[in-house]
Amino acid sequence: MRSTAHAFKDNVGEALRNANLQRSLSTMKVGFVERRQGAVERMPEFEALRDRARDIKNHALAHLDFYLERFEKKVLALGGHVHWAPTAEDARRIVLDLCRQANARTVAKAKSMIAEEIGLNEHLEAHGIAPIETDLGEYIIQLRQEPPSHIIAPAVHLTKDQVADTFHEHHAKLGFARRLTERNDLVAEAREVLRRKFQEADVGITGANFLVAETGSSMLVTNEGNADLSNTLPKTHIVVASIEKVIPTLEDAAALLRVLARSATGQEWSSYTTFNTGPKRKGDPDGPESYHVVLLDNGRSNVLGTEMQDMLRCIRCGACMNHCPVYGAIGGHAYGWVYPGPIGAVLDPQLLGLEEAGNLPNASTFCGRCESVCPVRIPLPKLMRHWREREFERHLTPPTVRKALGLWAFLAKRPLLYRAATGIANRAMALFGRAEGRYDALPLAGGWTTHRDMPAPQAGGTFHAQWKARGGATR
Amino acid sequence: MSAREQMLGAIRRGLRRGELSGEARAAAEARLAHHPVNIVPKRSQIARARQIDLFEEGAKAVHATVARVAGGAVAGAVIDYLAANNLPAAAVMAPDPALDRYGWKDRPMLEIRRGLPVDADRVAITGAFAGVAETGTLIFTSGPDHPTSLNLLPETHIVILREDGIVGAYEEVFVRLRARYGAGAMPRAVNTVTGPSRTADVEQQLELGAHGPRRMHILIVRD
Repeated sequence: MRSTAHAFKDNVGEALRNANLQRSLSTMKVGFVERRQGAVERMPEFEALRDRARDIKNHALAHLDFYLERFEKKVLALGGHVHWAPTAEDARRIVLDLCRQANARTVAKAKSMIAEEIGLNEHLEAHGIAPIETDLGEYIIQLRQEPPSHIIAPAVHLTKDQVADTFHEHHAKLGFARRLTERNDLVAEAREVLRRKFQEADVGITGANFLVAETGSSMLVTNEGNADLSNTLPKTHIVVASIEKVIPTLEDAAALLRVLARSATGQEWSSYTTFNTGPKRKGDPDGPESYHVVLLDNGRSNVLGTEMQDMLRCIRCGACMNHCPVYGAIGGHAYGWVYPGPIGAVLDPQLLGLEEAGNLPNASTFCGRCESVCPVRIPLPKLMRHWREREFERHLTPPTVRKALGLWAFLAKRPLLYRAATGIANRAMALFGRAEGRYDALPLAGGWTTHRDMPAPQAGGTFHAQWKARGGATR
Repeated sequence: MSAREQMLGAIRRGLRRGELSGEARAAAEARLAHHPVNIVPKRSQIARARQIDLFEEGAKAVHATVARVAGGAVAGAVIDYLAANNLPAAAVMAPDPALDRYGWKDRPMLEIRRGLPVDADRVAITGAFAGVAETGTLIFTSGPDHPTSLNLLPETHIVILREDGIVGAYEEVFVRLRARYGAGAMPRAVNTVTGPSRTADVEQQLELGAHGPRRMHILIVRD
């Protein structure tokens, strides 16, 4: 998909004015957070499992070449094919060629963030092949020609009425004349429409949550069963996966799966967790005749060995965005690209460049909730801070911000001057605001006070002054 | 240079080494060969009878229905379930010889076809490779005896699970898979299924039967 991350500030303005989006976000905040918390409380080993999940991914990254080669060897031995794609363009070309070899007219697609990242649907459509999204949420937004707003709940920004309108508009020509109003009817109609699509599809394309080196299996979780239909009914199954998805063994998959669903939706285990290993075997009554795995790099190998490597542990559960106050206020679309929320603010500048996505890591209060729930303990605030530093180093930060930061740095390095200046500011601010306890307007802080009040300093002077007055330790 | 070499080269440059060698390589080989168990939650490491209870609780928590029956009562339990749910007394069944023993032929009112499902099939009956007590999860393995599409296409899935198929944790399933298929080998599809198909994509409200079955009924057969 085309990025609008550079227009982040405009996107945010639109998101804050979108009433439907705001309503959806308010329910999302409660739902995902409470369900995750419930699942964590039912699993006493959860924190230990997070440590183990982090260690497994770190081990896999440190031996990435080895496990990818082992994975490949296993797939080839079973008669499957492995394709190496250094760039998004390579991956698009490979998938298109495979679809052409299969004489494909329609493709059944199970939601894949990698397919979004490489803009696969647009590419196939431009070459006369119709990709049909089969995850219900992804299908809805495909009909509406919108990008996903959440990595595991792509249509979370829409209301039931919007879905009803969309189905009415698109399904009427398929013989479904009535506009439905009940949720179960909407789901049933989509099931019927998509069942036909599955049966017509020449190729099934899925992503992978993990690739297991031990067995050559690609592994996928869903709740609907759409990925299972995509990899069972069509004659060709293509898996598109990025290189950091490979893990050593089935036991490692179990450890990661124990934190994945709990972090994502608060489920104990996803409804469908499927291991696919090669094409149809001799005597198998169903399954694809050809099986392909496309391994995508797209800039990931550049991150190995750098201070940003931790981002490659991500297992795409979405917990960081579900717990993020910024995501909770603006939703996923405002981030402007495939990966929203805290992980998007870390991944997108890497994959798109800092010039395009440099605004995203600035959209954080550094409250740390993302890191506190991340199942593989990615230090997301630290990584966002790295991007901010690089943005500053490369002079991409606006001049006013640079000047203000320069002034602050000048003062911070001179403690006596700093205390004097903050003391004066404190007294001045107190003088004008203490009576009410807050300001509803402040010079140079309009961006803050337009939306909320700024608290006035309380009696007792600056933090430093109060620390000293209470006999706090000094160096 | 091939794309493969290009990518492996870039990874090795990032990791600041050449191809993995020496002790590090031996350690990674050993990990694949011995697949050490990570952390197995205590929840499922309980007495046999309690594991079966835990399986039942987990499956019910995700909207499956469960009944425990003796081997001789399986066919009758299927008929009763279909009648209670206003479903026709007809089903497509996996061509799994292990299912032959349940006396279907003595129940002429129940129409059974063995093989792949077609659109008109409303009910599928299959066995299961295993059941996992930890989360009430069923394990299905593809093969001549068990088409994967039986788990997915009909609206109702009746699963016949022997008590001795129930294990505590997923890791115990892996042990059984390796025993059946060999080290490092898997059948084409291993589907682990926890309850009927579901979606919460419309306003985050749960609906069953998104693509796979709307109903899942598990018959736990006493050994």
